[in-house]
Amino acid sequence: MEKSFTIAGRTFRSRLMIGTGKYATFPQMRDALEASGAEIVTVAVRRVNLDRKEESLLDYIDLNRFFLLPNTAGCQTAEEAIRTARLARAAGLSNWVKLEVIPADNTLLPDPIATVEAAKVLAAEGFVVLPYTTDDHTVARRLLDAGCAAVMPFGSAIGTGLGLTSPDRLARIIEVVGGQAPVVVDAGIGAPSDAALAMELGADAVLVNTAIAKAGDPVQMARAIAAGVEAGRMGYQARRIPKSVVASPSSPTAGRVGGA
Amino acid sequence: MTIVVNGQRRDIVPDWTGMKLLEELDLSRERIAVERNGEIMNQETFASCVLSAGDVIEIVRFVGGG
Repeated sequence: MEKSFTIAGRTFRSRLMIGTGKYATFPQMRDALEASGAEIVTVAVRRVNLDRKEESLLDYIDLNRFFLLPNTAGCQTAEEAIRTARLARAAGLSNWVKLEVIPADNTLLPDPIATVEAAKVLAAEGFVVLPYTTDDHTVARRLLDAGCAAVMPFGSAIGTGLGLTSPDRLARIIEVVGGQAPVVVDAGIGAPSDAALAMELGADAVLVNTAIAKAGDPVQMARAIAAGVEAGRMGYQARRIPKSVVASPSSPTAGRVGGA
Repeated sequence: MTIVVNGQRRDIVPDWTGMKLLEELDLSRERIAVERNGEIMNQETFASCVLSAGDVIEIVRFVGGG
């Protein structure tokens, strides 16, 4: 039973990817990252604050232990996302990027067409592109054809904690992708059961931020969601029973006391 | 002479290098990337640039995000 999964030739043991946003403090973030067992950690790219010296996020992330995945969060067009991805690469850690192209319409749902456009440009420039995308299997196909290293469909919108609003669509993506590249359910996960369900559907990994950072006890929730990911993955590999409209008893029908 | 850094006008001395600017901004030990007049470059490359009047510079770093 394979324990690890591979993105762009790099192998990871943990199937929980974790974000670094929304934590109350950097030390709490550090503790939650540690508790999660995650290896891939997302970060955003922003202007340095010139008016005020701010603490540095990277002082709280051990780069020997965690693999940084910069995102293009905040980018509303393909052009902006391409520029941000290039800046992230110029910071000198890797050529990996979590591609997000999200218009300013308050939904925080991605623009799939702009995402495919940006993915084509970035993949041609040698980036390892992990695109945040819709739960549409055709878009997923287009992103892989464009050269993406994985696809990352949402469970539901960022920060909503609504879980998987369309598990059937995610299942279709997983089926269409057919193991050619990892499928990572990213956004909307709210609880361990959501993460477990994503893994039971056959996802290769999940990416969680808000559910952990904004939980009452982020460190405990990080452990809980990590356990959910493991449980879901084991359940998927163990091949669950089908759902049936016909009931069948678990205890023998023969040999009942007083019966025939 | 005047340059623009992260949207703000800054007065600097001619012949300043990127390294000097980063030191003045207390960024020389931070992991950053720079865009100078639309050209994206890493810290080492920017450090060796000699700045020009009217340069438009963006300096970014990694922050928390999902």
